[in-house]
Amino acid sequence: MIRFENVGLRYGMGPEILKDLSFHLEPQSFQFLTGPSGSGKTSLIRLLFMSLRQTRGLIQVFGHDLSTLDKQKLPMLRRRIGVVFQDFRLLDHLTTYENVGLPLRVAGKEESEYRSDVMELLKWVGLGERMHVMPPVLSGGEKQRAAIARALITRPEVLLADEPTGNVDPPLARRLLRLFLELNKLGTSVVIATHDIALLEQVDARRLVLADGRLSVFD
Amino acid sequence: MTEDTKPETVQVQPPGGSKPGKRKAAAPKGRGRAKPARPKKPRKKATAAARTGEESKLRPAAAIVPPQSVTGRALTLVVAIMSFLACLTVGAVSVVWDAADDWQNDLVREVTIQIRPVDGIDTLREIDKAIALTQEFNGVESVHALSDEETRSLLQPWLGDGLELEALPVPRLIQVNVNAPEALDLEGLRLSLTEQVTGASLDDHSIWTSRLSAMAGAVVVGGVGIMLLMLGSMVLSVVFATQAAMAGNKDVVSVLHFVGAEDSFIAREFQRHFLLLGLKGGIFGGVTASVTFFLLDLFTRDADGGAGSDQLSALFGTVSVSLPGYLGVIGVVFLVAVLTAITSGLAVKAHLRRVD
Repeated sequence: MIRFENVGLRYGMGPEILKDLSFHLEPQSFQFLTGPSGSGKTSLIRLLFMSLRQTRGLIQVFGHDLSTLDKQKLPMLRRRIGVVFQDFRLLDHLTTYENVGLPLRVAGKEESEYRSDVMELLKWVGLGERMHVMPPVLSGGEKQRAAIARALITRPEVLLADEPTGNVDPPLARRLLRLFLELNKLGTSVVIATHDIALLEQVDARRLVLADGRLSVFD
Repeated sequence: MTEDTKPETVQVQPPGGSKPGKRKAAAPKGRGRAKPARPKKPRKKATAAARTGEESKLRPAAAIVPPQSVTGRALTLVVAIMSFLACLTVGAVSVVWDAADDWQNDLVREVTIQIRPVDGIDTLREIDKAIALTQEFNGVESVHALSDEETRSLLQPWLGDGLELEALPVPRLIQVNVNAPEALDLEGLRLSLTEQVTGASLDDHSIWTSRLSAMAGAVVVGGVGIMLLMLGSMVLSVVFATQAAMAGNKDVVSVLHFVGAEDSFIAREFQRHFLLLGLKGGIFGGVTASVTFFLLDLFTRDADGGAGSDQLSALFGTVSVSLPGYLGVIGVVFLVAVLTAITSGLAVKAHLRRVD
């Protein structure tokens, strides 16, 4: 689905922060992306999500070579990938329902077409009673679940989650992990970027470990 | 779900393996990729009534770009002021144009024949001859020779009372009222008078009418120029405001990008936002200008005898904006809204290209 070959990344004229990354995300796979703070996990997530361009190497996403991909095609590829950010990135002037329905609205669907899907998904993540409130009123855990619901509403083939448990307590972290596992069971490839050791120990999954800009893969 | 689910027992299923039938049927066909199934939901048997209740709480889809901000309010005010000034210019041009048209109409509906006294020629007989000759022409309504008394009163401001017309070589005037300017052959009349009446000349006020036309044209050109300048500065304000709005809504743009929005979608959302803002400002400016015209009309109609209103009335009659003036105001309002939307759309696209 997503293939990296000798990928390097530097910001401007600075030093290379990701060096010679080579790995392949298989369909329906589950993996943790880990490493110390500042090791480049978020940058790698952004590369995976095509919000950054590599400075060298090859990245193929769903069979498309990103270095030669027409910019117009990026949104269509992004719609096949769901992203959950550590800081949630919910729009404060939209309700939880509207935030979760945003990807479908952006894809040009009528509200009546996706209303029931969004409401069901919100109930599934435990926000059925909170769908009409604005994000500033939600707790950290609720925001996280709303962000996850937004990432899932389009049934993405790949889910990228950047420190999804960074702002929640351990019980909620375990619940969120179960949610990701269930998604994975249903066919979504999942990448969870985290440096939470407790979380890593709960699942025997593939690990991508970043250190000093280099990646080690432990299958 | 329980808190102690053992993640190790998780089994990965093939895509669609546990899709509900409904999902399977809804999955897009022929795209060459398997769509992961929607996670199983603990389906509670929600009653139709409860569902309708929840749905009824949903508000109409809110604008993706936050509707109001300090920049937005400031820009609405700028657009309103610019529209007001542009509408005032349109109104002023309309008033001057109408007044010039009226003056011109008055002037072309009247020509004057002047008979200069010539030694040995009876001026009164020449006057009668000129009147008879003029009345034969088409388009002439009436011909009236100014009497001695009328001539004296005309000259009174310069030569004082008790003027003896016979003692001075004072030219005599014949006023010709024209009811159909287009039917009157002025050149033919001028030629006949010159040939048949001694000392006669025809003044058709063409110098005045051409000057009035030139003045009215200059006012219109000036008005259009002022309006273009105002619209230009409004466009620049919108460009700056759009850039400020894009910077202020960086997070919104970034979220839209990562949920798969195309640049054209983002530009459309911002364009809609600015179109509404432009319409709001434009309508406010247009309505304020229309109220101003109405009050000015009232002022010049009702305040007869006041020094200011007398001056205005002397120049323009009642300062009343005609229907084309009000149509111009409506045109300005829409022009402002459309310009605002187009400018912001272009500015957003340029901004998105730079971001890329």
